Order: sequence, then C-alpha cells, then structure tokens
Amino acid sequence: MTSSSPPLLPPRPAPPSARRSWRGALRQELFATPLDGVISVLLLAALLAAGVGFWHWAFRQAQWAVIQANTTLFAVGRYPLPQQWRLWLLVALAAVTTGASWGLLRSHPRADRSGTLWPFNDLVAIAVLAFLAAWLPAALKLPVPLQLRWWAITALLLVLRGVAGQWGGLVPRRLLRFLPLFWPALYLFGMVLIAGGLGVPRVPPSEWGGLLLTLLMASFAILLSFPIGIVVALGRRSSLPLLRWSSVLYIEFIRGAPLITLLFLGQNILGYMLPGGWAPDRVWRAAWVLTFFCGAYLAEAVRAGLAAVPVGQLEAARSLGLSMPQALRHVVLPQALQIALPATVGQFISLLQDTTLLSLIGLLELLGTARTVMANPEFLGKNAEVYLTLAVLFWCCCAALGLGSRALELRLNPSHSPT
Amino acid sequence: MSDIQRVPWWRDRRVVPWLVQGAVGLAILVVIALLLGNLVRNLTAAGLLLTWRWLGQPASFDVAESLIPFDASMPYWRVLVVGLVNSLRAIVVGLVGATVLGTAVGMAAFSGNGLLRRLARVYVEVIRNIPLLLQLLFWYFVVFLALPNSTAAFQWPGVVLSKSGLYLAWFAEGFQWQGPTLVNDVWRAPLRLSVEFSALITGLITYTGAFVAEVVRGGIASVPRGQWEAATSLGLHWSATMRTVVLPQALRVIVPGLNSQYISLAKNSALAVAVGYADLYSVSETTLNQTGRALEVFLLLLGAYLLIDLVISVLMNGVNQLVQIRER
Repeated sequence: MTSSSPPLLPPRPAPPSARRSWRGALRQELFATPLDGVISVLLLAALLAAGVGFWHWAFRQAQWAVIQANTTLFAVGRYPLPQQWRLWLLVALAAVTTGASWGLLRSHPRADRSGTLWPFNDLVAIAVLAFLAAWLPAALKLPVPLQLRWWAITALLLVLRGVAGQWGGLVPRRLLRFLPLFWPALYLFGMVLIAGGLGVPRVPPSEWGGLLLTLLMASFAILLSFPIGIVVALGRRSSLPLLRWSSVLYIEFIRGAPLITLLFLGQNILGYMLPGGWAPDRVWRAAWVLTFFCGAYLAEAVRAGLAAVPVGQLEAARSLGLSMPQALRHVVLPQALQIALPATVGQFISLLQDTTLLSLIGLLELLGTARTVMANPEFLGKNAEVYLTLAVLFWCCCAALGLGSRALELRLNPSHSPT
Repeated sequence: MSDIQRVPWWRDRRVVPWLVQGAVGLAILVVIALLLGNLVRNLTAAGLLLTWRWLGQPASFDVAESLIPFDASMPYWRVLVVGLVNSLRAIVVGLVGATVLGTAVGMAAFSGNGLLRRLARVYVEVIRNIPLLLQLLFWYFVVFLALPNSTAAFQWPGVVLSKSGLYLAWFAEGFQWQGPTLVNDVWRAPLRLSVEFSALITGLITYTGAFVAEVVRGGIASVPRGQWEAATSLGLHWSATMRTVVLPQALRVIVPGLNSQYISLAKNSALAVAVGYADLYSVSETTLNQTGRALEVFLLLLGAYLLIDLVISVLMNGVNQLVQIRER
C-alpha cells in the first residue's frame, strides 16, 4: 500500500431484493459491469459464428457416408461375418442383465433410505435409451434387419426393466445378494463367446477390432489392474522394507516412462524375456502392458485413500483381536477404497482413452480401424467426419463413467440424505 | 510357572516379518532371474546381446527438422540427440503454453461473468474426456493440413500461417526485428515452425491446459472465502484481489498439482510420433527398425524420460519451496 489511504467505495444502493426474474438474472450474469458486457457480447458473437459454421459444415459439406458405410468395421473390425451371431448374443445377454439389475435395484430401495432414488433420472435414462435406439440405427443407415435387431434388444432391456421394477419386490432379498455375481459371469461367458472355445470355433485376437477391441482391452485392464493396485499400495505402505522398496520401484518405473515406450517394451522385448512359446499374442501382450501400467497409477490412488484413513482405525481393529489381513479387509480397505473412488474412476477414464495408443503399435482398435478406413482411397480426406465421430463416442463413454462415479460417491456417502 | 505357553516360532513377531520378506524376495528374485536368463539366452541366440557399438555407425536416415546440424551420414547417437532436443523443445513450449492457458481458464472459473465461467467449464469437460491422441490427429490432419497454400496464407502482423508452417517475426541476424516476407511464393521468416510441431504443441497445450485449469481452480477454491470478502471490503478490484491476495495463497496448493501435470505433458510429448514430428520416441522407433537393437533403444528411451521427469520434479520442488508459507 502506498501512503495515500485506499479510496472508500461510495455507498451502494441496497441490492434489489429477490431479483428472481430471468432478466435480472441475465443482467447479473452477463452485464454486471461494462467490461463484463463487452466480454459477453464478444463471446456470444464468437459462439454464434462457431455454431453457424459448424451447422453449415455438418449438414451441408460433411459427407457422413464414410461412417455409414463402415459401421460394422468400426463396431467389431474384421470379426468373421459367420461368427458375428455370437456378438449379437452377447449384446442381448448384456441387455437382459442390465434390464434385470436396473429393475431389481429399483424395486428394492435400500433399507437405510426411504423411498426410491432419483426417479427423475430414471425417466431420463429411459428416454435417452429409447431415443438412441430409435435414432442411431436409422442415422447410421444400417440395413433394415440390423435396425430391427437393435430395436428388439432395446425393447428387451426396457421391458425387463419394467417387469423387474414392477414385480421385482417378490424376489426375496436373500437372492438379491447374488445379483452382482451375474456381471462377472456374463463377462467370462462373453470372453468365451468372443474368443471361442468350449465347442464354439476359435476367433484369434488378430481378427478382433474396432469398438469391440477397445472395450475388451479397457475392461480387461481395469478388472485386473484393480487387485494389482491394491496389493502394491499396501506394499508401499508396509513397514517391511523389502515389500516397500519393491513396490516403490515398480510404481516409479511405470510412472516414469510414457505408455508408448512401455507398449514398445511389450511388443519388442517381452518376447525375448519369456521361454519360447510362452509369449502371448500381440493383442494380449498389449493388454498386459495396459494392465500393469494402470496398476501402478491405481496403486497411487489407493495409497492416497489408505493415507486418509486414521491410524486409530487399524489400531482399534487390531486391539479387538482381528488379524492384520482381517483388519485390512473389514476395516481399513472399505474406507480407503471409498475415499479413493473418484481418483480410481478418473484412472479408468484415462485408461479408456489410453487404449487409442494401441493404434500406434498396429492394433486395429477404434482409432486404428478409423485410420485404415481413411487410408481407403474411397474415403480419402474424410478425416474431420471420422475423428469427430470418434471424439463424440469417447466423450460420451468417459462422461458417462464420470457421472456414474459421482452418483456412486453420493450413494456411498453415509451422510448424504436421499433425494 | 515354567510352562508359560510359548508362542510357536511361525507366529513370533520377531520372525514373521522376515518370513514374509524372505518369501516375497525369493519370488521376485526367481521371476527376475527367469526373465533375465531368458533375455540373455534369446538375445545371444539372435546375436543382439547388449552392446553400444552400433551407436557410432552412420544413421543413414534423415530427420525433417533439427535444431542442431544433422545429415544422414552422421552416427546414430547424433540422431538420438536430435530427437531429444526436438522433444525438449516441444516440452518447454508446451509447458509455458499450458501454464498460461490453464491459469487463464482456471481463473475464468471464478469470473463474475456467467458466460465466461460456463465456457471455462465446457472447455475443461470437453477436452478431458477426449483422448489426447485423437486430439493430436485432429489438429494435424483436420486443422493444420487443411490450411491454405503460401499464396493464400492467413496473415496477421508478424505472423503468417499456411500449409507449409507457421512463420513468426523474430530477431534476424544483427538483432534486427524482422517479419515474414514472401519470396517467389515461398514465405521466409527468422522463425519457422513446421506444421507437425505446431499441431503437436497446439494439441499438448489445449489438452494439458484443461488439466492445469482444474489444478488452478482447485487451488483458488482452497483459499477461504473470507480472503475474497476481506480484499473486496478493502476496496480491491477483482483483478487486484486475484493477483495480490488469492493467487499467492492458492499457489501453495497449485504447485504440487502442476508438477504431476508437467510430468504427464513431458511423457505425452512422445505421441509426437503420430503427427510425424521427429521427437525422441519417433527417431528411436526408426533406429529400432534399422538396427533391431530393441533392448538398447528401450533403455535409452527409459533413461531419457526418467531424466526429464526428474529435472521437472527438482525444478518444481524448488518452486514449491519458494511459495510455501514461511513461518517464524
């Protein structure tokens, strides 16, 4: 401060009370001061110009045929056509499981909560699903039989949700506890359906592609990296020096290197490190690299969660006579994992995005497929359409994960009152 | 009282830790021995056992852009240095750009202007949920490669943007400020950035900027509301409040968060290979394809990126000590 005293502000008129009208709100938000007004006008003009430009491009210039002609390629890559019924079966089973779980959760409100949770969001979800099912197959110009199939699958999901929501209350709570087991079972069964075995012909990983490969890689790495992350996080906080130092070494090695160099390691060196014939296929090698990569980052997230649990919790559990594994399993980890939930889901979101790097080592996941499509002379120069479609797809998946994480956080939070 | 029940040795608290560590250590040793043994055996069989002699052989491939003199007759170590310098250039420019953009957007989240505030939110949410690789390809193929030719280039004072690159005014020889000039339909300027480099840093800056914005927003949000109110009641304007009261306190929270964002930017710069910029990873890949020296190339890559991470961490720790509260 200089020697002159700070100027006193002139007394302001009392703020107009309860300015709830939209004009008042608009003025407050956009035109509170002259500078704000200028900024607002400039931003509005820029937004308008961008909107008009995009509208013009998307509906006049862009040629969406590149997407419409390659939907199968984008969805499953070069998965053999005669075997694609297996994927349809899988999608139908997933729809059945989703519908049933959704409806049953609806009809069994949690004991500690009164009434149902988010009835409004429920309606929104149904509306979005119905809209997508009605609009997407038509917009993608799928053949009529495929459109019918999508409609049937969506109808199956919604009908099951309705049935389970209406009469699910008849299912006793004891049986409901087994509901979460359906999902791992479905996952394992889906793996068999996709890869073959148990009587169905095998489809080698090199023929998987597109969205199918992206989702497979991401889900595989997410599922397996979770136990790795927990074990390594516990190791890093262990009082035994050997466990601590080996965990630190693993985490720092993985976190110090860019993912692409680790994929490089997996593709070019891993084969030398395993006995002849042990080295898995290129696709699985990449999947394992992704898993160990994600595991190191998850370990850091879980470690932060563990650090946030007061030491007294562990001491209390131990003094009650619980063994170390019991105390961790029943007292410490449930609290730590709940604290680590946002960071964990954030890590899963970034893993889903990182699957695009597989295209750089020649795997045909979503982005790799897109690049082969654009190399086709027929669709040369259609970069904008393809990249925009992929961006929208990834954005929707990642945003949905983020929303789900926030909802789960609210639901797990015991102090949060039901809405 | 002689028969106090003795604890069996496998439950003795002095023995158990050693047992556990012994078992884990043994398992780790066995796995490492197995992997290394196989590696040595297989590499020997392939005639690729660890050696650095190939570094002196001529690289016999050219790189599109280099800050230090280079041609194809120079040895491999030189091409790797060229790649490292190119990487460092992208990282440094990216760091500065992402910090500026991220700070601006992070501060915009606290603006009194509702439109600005929401736009900042939208920017962060859009960018964070789209893979960086996709964004880089978008900037390169859709934006920069679709720019007009030299003759129809976009021109602003001191800046020319065309399909052949970004031309900037800079100090020419003899410290003369010189802008871009068109000579025989080709732009000439003291500072030319290739389209590949421009696309890479645009992508890196917009992507990392969103994450930096979140860090900055979190830092500003951590400053108690009373600080804002106190500053405002002293008669300070928004910008003065931000500059002299809020940001200095927010920096304590911001700097550690920035550290991890900077490191991830440095690692993400390896995606330059997708847009054809000759960074360290890109030239390493070419080197591998020509020499087959996978292990050596990998070790060099790992060492280089670890070193870069370490330097960033050390620098940021220094900055962190500067901004911490000094208590008596």
